[in-house]
Amino acid sequence: MRAAMWSFFHKLGSPPWLYRIAGALLRWLLPLSLLALAIGLGWGLLYTAPDFRQGNSYRIIYIHVPAAVVALAGYYVMAIAGAISLIWKMKMADVAMKACAPVGAALTFIALVTGAIWGKPTWGTWWVWDARITSMLILLFLYLGVIALYEAYDNKAAASRACAVLSLVGTVNIPIIYKSVDWWYSLHQPASIKFTGESSIDPSMLYPLLLSIIAFYGLFTCALLGNMRAEILARETRTGWVRRLAGGEG
Amino acid sequence: MYFDSFGAVLAMDGHGPYVWAAYAITLLVLALVLSAPGRRRRRLLRQVRGELRREANQGSRETVHAPGS
Repeated sequence: MRAAMWSFFHKLGSPPWLYRIAGALLRWLLPLSLLALAIGLGWGLLYTAPDFRQGNSYRIIYIHVPAAVVALAGYYVMAIAGAISLIWKMKMADVAMKACAPVGAALTFIALVTGAIWGKPTWGTWWVWDARITSMLILLFLYLGVIALYEAYDNKAAASRACAVLSLVGTVNIPIIYKSVDWWYSLHQPASIKFTGESSIDPSMLYPLLLSIIAFYGLFTCALLGNMRAEILARETRTGWVRRLAGGEG
Repeated sequence: MYFDSFGAVLAMDGHGPYVWAAYAITLLVLALVLSAPGRRRRRLLRQVRGELRREANQGSRETVHAPGS
């Protein structure tokens, strides 16, 4: 058992193995996630009743909430990968951290833009400096900061250390995002889905929302794995296995 | 189906532009994020293939020149 575990960790550190496994995973995870997304969004857009106060604009919830939830979860992944790369100098953890940043930034961007569009008919304004919205904007800057910091260093080891430290320091922002709607109650509505206690959303609206959240998690994983594969290739262009791969895929 | 016609789906009682704009932007960004890694990977493989070809050409020239030198 122990031996099997160690051999698994050993393989995780092997670029060609990770490249191949990530590719195999993508082949079924991507179509499955896209299917879940199509069903979740189609269901939410066409087959649910409108919200009794917000009307049809509430249908933005089926993209806004999943994007925001996964943008936060993605930050955990990035920070944990950063910690592993910082402590154990594991190269593939650094690859994972770097791969997270653009995906997380894109999801945070989606959450902010759809939120702004939702705000116009609901609150009468595109933007307010509400605590939830502001802390999400900081999340976007943290993701973009990691991307920029990677580019800023010529020394790759120094870049990965700096990015790991930035992503770890940035985790302070995560509980603030979660709690912002309770601590500073302003325009943004509190959470509709709760793990403890009754959700304040009707089951007919909850199911498509949950499906869409699962789909966003799946798509995040796909983009992450895809970015990792590309990053592994970029770092290993001089190795034999990449040369054989390039030669084979004529 | 909640709506009675395709027109009603588009209009969404006046909220159509907001809802559809939000969905369009989301799907566009998702498509970009999901397609970017594949594009980068293919570019890298093409690059390595080019290097391999150059090296092979150099190698064959060297063997041609070898007997004369």
